[in-house]
Amino acid sequence: MQAAAGPEQPPATPEQEVAESRGTELELTAAAVDWPAYPQPLWRTHPKHWPDIWRRSIQARIVTGTLLMSTVVLILVGWVMMSQVTDGVLESRRTSAQAEALAQLTQLSTTINAADRNTINQQLSELVLGSNRPGLYDVLLVPTDSSKSNAIRYTGLVDSDSIPQPLASSVMSDDSKLYDTYTEINYRDAPSVPGLVIGSQLRINSTNERYAVYFLFPLTAQQETLDVVQRALVTAGLLLIVLLGAVAWLVTRQVVTPVRMARRIAERLAAGKLEERMQVRGTDDLARLAVSFNKMASNLQRQIRRLEELSRLQRRFVSDVSHELRTPLTTVRMAADLLHESRDQFDPISRRSVELLQNELNRFEELLADLLEISRFDAGAAALDLEDVDLRDIVNRVLENHETLLHRKGCAVELDMPQPCRVQVDSRRIERILRNLIGNAIEHSEGLPIRISTAYDADAAAVAVRDHGIGFRAEEAEMVFSRFWRADPARARTTGGTGLGLSIALEDARLHGGRLDAWGSPGDGAYFRLTLPRRPDVTLTGSPLPARPPDASRVVTEKSLVDVGAPYQKLTGGEER
Amino acid sequence: MADGNRAMRGRVLIVDDDTALSEMLSIVLRNEGYDTYLCATGDKAVPAFREFKPDLLLLDLMLPGMDGIDVCRAIRAESGVPIVMLTAKSDTVDVVLGLESGADDYVVKPFKPKELVARIRARLRRMDEPGPESLTIGDLTIDVAGHSVKRAGETIQLTPLEFDLLVCLASKPWQVFTREVLLEQVWGYRHAADTRLVNVHVQRLRSKIEKDPEHPEIVVTVRGVGYKAGAD
Repeated sequence: MQAAAGPEQPPATPEQEVAESRGTELELTAAAVDWPAYPQPLWRTHPKHWPDIWRRSIQARIVTGTLLMSTVVLILVGWVMMSQVTDGVLESRRTSAQAEALAQLTQLSTTINAADRNTINQQLSELVLGSNRPGLYDVLLVPTDSSKSNAIRYTGLVDSDSIPQPLASSVMSDDSKLYDTYTEINYRDAPSVPGLVIGSQLRINSTNERYAVYFLFPLTAQQETLDVVQRALVTAGLLLIVLLGAVAWLVTRQVVTPVRMARRIAERLAAGKLEERMQVRGTDDLARLAVSFNKMASNLQRQIRRLEELSRLQRRFVSDVSHELRTPLTTVRMAADLLHESRDQFDPISRRSVELLQNELNRFEELLADLLEISRFDAGAAALDLEDVDLRDIVNRVLENHETLLHRKGCAVELDMPQPCRVQVDSRRIERILRNLIGNAIEHSEGLPIRISTAYDADAAAVAVRDHGIGFRAEEAEMVFSRFWRADPARARTTGGTGLGLSIALEDARLHGGRLDAWGSPGDGAYFRLTLPRRPDVTLTGSPLPARPPDASRVVTEKSLVDVGAPYQKLTGGEER
Repeated sequence: MADGNRAMRGRVLIVDDDTALSEMLSIVLRNEGYDTYLCATGDKAVPAFREFKPDLLLLDLMLPGMDGIDVCRAIRAESGVPIVMLTAKSDTVDVVLGLESGADDYVVKPFKPKELVARIRARLRRMDEPGPESLTIGDLTIDVAGHSVKRAGETIQLTPLEFDLLVCLASKPWQVFTREVLLEQVWGYRHAADTRLVNVHVQRLRSKIEKDPEHPEIVVTVRGVGYKAGAD
């Protein structure tokens, strides 16, 4: 005997084993969560998952939506306001500028036309130089005759390219009125500023020269005013957005907090705390929601308690019946055994009677045990006693127990179990499954060898039993697990059998979260595969052994493969089949 | 009436409220050469035990008056006589409860009479096993012939079965015994019987001899294999 490798651990005390084995009853286990008294907002509990926060929080969505919409609205309103103010400011300036320009122009015109012909040019320069008001406007004089480009006169170092071409053309073509436009006034020595240009023609009657006179009004003051207004608008807008966001947050909190509370309570209800109810305050919509919720919870609680009670009653009944039946059965059994022992001393009729009595008593006993087992599964009262085992040991044990039958049937056994196959299972139940599968295989072996294979991977272990007997049709593959169903009712069964063996085997497999699959082909025998999760917390996603035997004859169509076990899903006691 | 020779097989007290079953059991056991005495209620069980001084007790769990578990505890407090539970319930919970209250084995109804007789024989046979004179394990001194266990001069009370279990493990320290082997050597069952028997009895033994039953040092579990005795 070699000592096992690995750390030594004390076995579970019987109390622990008992507690474990009660686990699959119809009680709902509450999740071991620390329930805070007040629901925490999502950002405090999940700071990293921002996309999650968006998806899961109504409040976040509403607040963000409000912020976005108010930003849009505020931008729109701000733009409108800004343009109104701009127009207003500029318009008033323009009006006053035009009056100014007109007055100045008239004066200029009068003065120059009254002047002496010979001194016109000088006068013109002086006039121009004297007529500007620094800071208010500058004057630019441009002869219409472009050959006299050196006769351009200006004040304040304005550059003549401050005059946009369209304005120049208009002024040149029409002498009846003032034209104006907004432009950028360029200075030769200073940065350019936005400004207003008003231009008109000046006619000197004596020389018949025509000049274009431009008055350039810088609008820096207006620009500053507008800047101030803009800044104020932006600041106010931002403040407004932030405050709106805060208001939205506060308002939604009023609604969302009760909803969150409701969610928490619903979660606790779902986790099995059936006494949870919502608080009802007032008579508004939320209060009515709470009332309806509470009604629903009460109904659910009542229903669940009733079902639990029914289940308890049934289990109690089964237990009582079992006890009551077993005692007289024991007495009968003992009496029959005694008689059976001394049957050689009886006359042939009595002897035969005693033999039949013995056989039927055996059948009765088996049937009773199987029925009780099935009813335990039905009531959800089946419990798992897990331990660490090597599946090969169980297979070998079952084969040992069937030695006589093997010998009698003249059946050989091929074992394909190369490596230890360790799993955490209830070995009593697994042994029962294998007893049934191997017993059936030997029964139907028809003298041909049976083959038992095991395999495992990281998550699952599987045992498969193959025989080459009469088999069954593909459609029957589902029915083999039905209660009291036999493949061929006319066949004489050597080992008896209650008809419940495979049903119990299937339930035992499912109890572990495993599956039992059947494959059959008429004339080619049958193949049963048991797949089990290696640890109780594992969910099966596949099987280490194939669903059909590798030596299945090729002629067989896909139809012969039927998935009987549930899809790879861990089933617990109460789920529907 | 059993003849003198065959009555030497042993005296069995049957405590069961079903009269038909008791009578049948009695017939079967007498056929095998045992002396039998019947008792039908829990209240009368302990006085009956004291009066008839049986070599083995067959005890049904569901009894009128005093419950079978309580009867078991009461008798266990007085004596180390082998007690075999008879029960219709086979759930782990019930079995463990019964074994913890002092029973050495349990038999589930309905049982094959041959099996029951074999178990009774095994329980009564253990008296004649020879072994080493005395053993030491941990800080315990085991007097095999005298059937006593002492720690620092103080005797620890063990039932005969618990004693046998300890001796079996201690006689080959560091050898790992599987549960099946223990069932065969200590209980005397050659066929596969319920290994839960071994689990519960190891727990019982630990609760009596270990300084800290949660962290056993003398009877140590070898995970996935069985148990062994760890000597310092």
